[in-house]
Amino acid sequence: MDWVIDMAKPEDFFTVGADIADTKANTELPIEQVWADRQFHAALVNPSNRRKLTVIIVGTGLAGGAAAASLGEAGYNVLNFCYQDSPRRAHSIAAQGGINAAKNYRNDNDSVHRLFYDTVKGGDYRARETNVHRLAEVSANIIDQCVAQGVPFAREYGGLLDNRSFGGVQVQRTFYARGQTGQQLLIGAYQALERQVDAGTVQMFTRHEMLELIVVDGKARGIVTRDMVTGEIEAFTGDAVVLATGGYGNVFFLSTNAMGCNNTAAWRAHRKGAYFGNPCYTQIHPTCIPVHGETQSKLTLMSESLRNDGRIWVPKNPEDATKDPRDIPEEDRDYYLERIYPAFGNLVPRDIASRQAKYRCDEGLGVGPAVTEIDLDGNEKQVRRGVYLDFAEAISRLGKDGVAARYGNLFDMYAQITGEDPYETPMRIYPAVHYTMGGLWVDYDLSSNIPGLYVTGEANFSDHGANRLGASALMQGLADGYFVLPNTINDYLSKGPYPALTPESPEVKEAVDSVKARIEQLLAIDGERTVDSIHKELGTIMWEYCGMERTEAGLITAIGKIRELREEFYKNVKVTGENEDFNQTLERAGRLADFLELGELMCIDALHRRESCGGHFRAESQTEDGEALRDDEHFLYVGAWEYHEGKPILHKEPLIYKAIELKQRSYK
Amino acid sequence: MSENTINITLRVWRQPNGHTPGKLVSYPVKDVSTDMSFLEMLDLLNEELTVKGEEPVAFDHDCREGICGMCGVVINGTPHGRGSSPVPTTTCQLHMRMFHDGDVITVEPWRARPFPVIKDLVVNRSAFDKIIQAGGFISVNTGAAPEAHAAPVPKLKADRAFDAATCIGCGACVAACPNHSGMLFTAAKITHLAMLPQGQPERHLRIKKMIGVHDALDFGGCTNIGECAAVCPKAIPLDVISQLNRDLISSLFTRDGK
Repeated sequence: MDWVIDMAKPEDFFTVGADIADTKANTELPIEQVWADRQFHAALVNPSNRRKLTVIIVGTGLAGGAAAASLGEAGYNVLNFCYQDSPRRAHSIAAQGGINAAKNYRNDNDSVHRLFYDTVKGGDYRARETNVHRLAEVSANIIDQCVAQGVPFAREYGGLLDNRSFGGVQVQRTFYARGQTGQQLLIGAYQALERQVDAGTVQMFTRHEMLELIVVDGKARGIVTRDMVTGEIEAFTGDAVVLATGGYGNVFFLSTNAMGCNNTAAWRAHRKGAYFGNPCYTQIHPTCIPVHGETQSKLTLMSESLRNDGRIWVPKNPEDATKDPRDIPEEDRDYYLERIYPAFGNLVPRDIASRQAKYRCDEGLGVGPAVTEIDLDGNEKQVRRGVYLDFAEAISRLGKDGVAARYGNLFDMYAQITGEDPYETPMRIYPAVHYTMGGLWVDYDLSSNIPGLYVTGEANFSDHGANRLGASALMQGLADGYFVLPNTINDYLSKGPYPALTPESPEVKEAVDSVKARIEQLLAIDGERTVDSIHKELGTIMWEYCGMERTEAGLITAIGKIRELREEFYKNVKVTGENEDFNQTLERAGRLADFLELGELMCIDALHRRESCGGHFRAESQTEDGEALRDDEHFLYVGAWEYHEGKPILHKEPLIYKAIELKQRSYK
Repeated sequence: MSENTINITLRVWRQPNGHTPGKLVSYPVKDVSTDMSFLEMLDLLNEELTVKGEEPVAFDHDCREGICGMCGVVINGTPHGRGSSPVPTTTCQLHMRMFHDGDVITVEPWRARPFPVIKDLVVNRSAFDKIIQAGGFISVNTGAAPEAHAAPVPKLKADRAFDAATCIGCGACVAACPNHSGMLFTAAKITHLAMLPQGQPERHLRIKKMIGVHDALDFGGCTNIGECAAVCPKAIPLDVISQLNRDLISSLFTRDGK
């Protein structure tokens, strides 16, 4: 660096390239006709030619597993990879609350258009209209498909499906399977996938981690993987590559993601030319179990569905923080969400609920153990990071059994983790990193800007704008996997098969050699610090400066700190063991190396976007009453970043709003 | 949450790979917060080992919220440390408040013929995937589904299907079984699909295929000992095996075209 980071301006960190656009959706048509039009115009592959075409799919969650099963059923030759020991373990499994669909079974004025509208509004008008409308269109088919697979959704005594409410909407359109909806949907996709493994259309590679993308003549043609048991580095080639590799919340170290969730596959594709869309859009989920101490390894979500019946409050007086909450009289409690947002109450969208919890704790009204924090000016202070989620009223209304029937497994989980009984005393909750709306940029076909590279589910940026509504991640993952990708990827595959590649092809060899060199580099450092200690430090930087509230000064500080930490990593990390072994330290080191680059890009994206929208809250841009204030004149676009070492290049995709009028979001 | 710390001694199974014999190695672990999960305690040990330049202990884990089924070790003789927990649990949801200062805790991998050791506490459970491949599904291609409300399901059957479907495929049932039987796992899937109208067309064929693969994969037979249900983190009831037995008998008298 030849300049001082303290004096830097946002513009010093990036350059601006040419605008980009989605060219696959015909936006001249009424929005209801766009998907049908695209399906009709996408070129087809004759069923007898499909087995000659190989599709590589990385990831076996809802987006990857559903796509692998569906493309296998269609007759393609599918190679499917996951880092876990079984495809059934992908982190989609941990989704608790539910999946949205515009079935209008409750006769409460729901429709495809309303689901579309709610999702766009919930995302604070930063999603692409055409993609979201398609998501709403196929939502009902997802429920049909899952029921046919045997997914045991909650039912009423008449035998029909039950629904409940979720945040940010006023209809009941969420289908659920107790608090384990993600598990049941994933097992449905997994079973469909295993059926194709048995049929021979899908080959499954478990305990394989993708470490590089192979690009030949500008097209994505394969991947390089490491066999996590033997350490073998191997190239797999085919006609198209699909990344369904999930989100990057673990850049924060502590998140509700599984320990293994990582961004390496997407980041490697980014370094090979794929644009990264809106990396700063991160969802902080309001209802998680608070951190217990320094050795905390991950955070556990308490489903948003709890906000249907639980009431969120803090004491009005800071001195009540340590009192038994049951002894605090009603008049001394502040049910702040019900007070500020009477129309939506405790069911406001996640970004709003999280920020309000942070404000209460910043004001000194938090509950639970006090922890030491250092503010931007370097001052130490004691803060309690927790608010109450209280079921006393629900228990008196529904009885303990009634509450247990709805939320039993969540209450049990809370009791097991905290050692406290939530039937007796209110839960304590605090926001935690949960989901990343950003991801690799894709067009309407879910194709990245690299031909032949498709990105589905949380790994792409497409449907949730700047904030995702509850129960929409499962919907998007399955929409992409079952219904969208299998009807768009054919347009690209119809031009195949592409020329065969061998291990000696120069691009293949280069990719394999670069992976081997990276691994050797990590093993050779032999420093003093563990991978986790550096990862935790990165997480603290990201949480402090690129978390629930962001400022220009804070983000510039963060970029400087991340660059220093990256240097420290390459000088001083300690990776034990060797490559030719089951080596979990090496796995984590490789993922952290990529997080250390991604973290910087997230801060640069957050720095350049001088507006607040959804989960991206810039303190400099708020309304008089503290809500996110968008700047549509300057920022109505997707920020798609091209990799360029030291100074990424920003490409803007202007967002076109035709079906929905842009408004200031209000839930009051 | 209490803020106590304890000192413990771990006896951990160390085995470099599947073809080298393993042994128990003792490690003292100090200042363990009782709010930590069992796996966070193993993280602590691994951080200390790494700083000393020793190989950390390999163990499988992922979601750490009791749902993915990836984690699982035998703690003081019971899978997932069920013997130390008042409620059914996965290893990741077992917390150190269940242990006491000065405890000696033995940690071993699943020990079962169909699950060979890969390294230390990590085993290969791909045999479970093969049982599902044999027939643990309903054959419906994407796009071929009727309207979701076309076939109502009585609530009690739907609930029973759900109870069986909560299996996380962790393998504790096999690790607990003296016969190394995978019958609770297999029966949970059989029961889940047998309760639903959608599962009926393949009901009899499914059970024959799944049992055939189960037996071919070196899992033992079931002799109704019940250790499996006792350690199951999702409390899958033993009566799913009765369901399996009933269905198996009727399937032997049913023509299924194969």
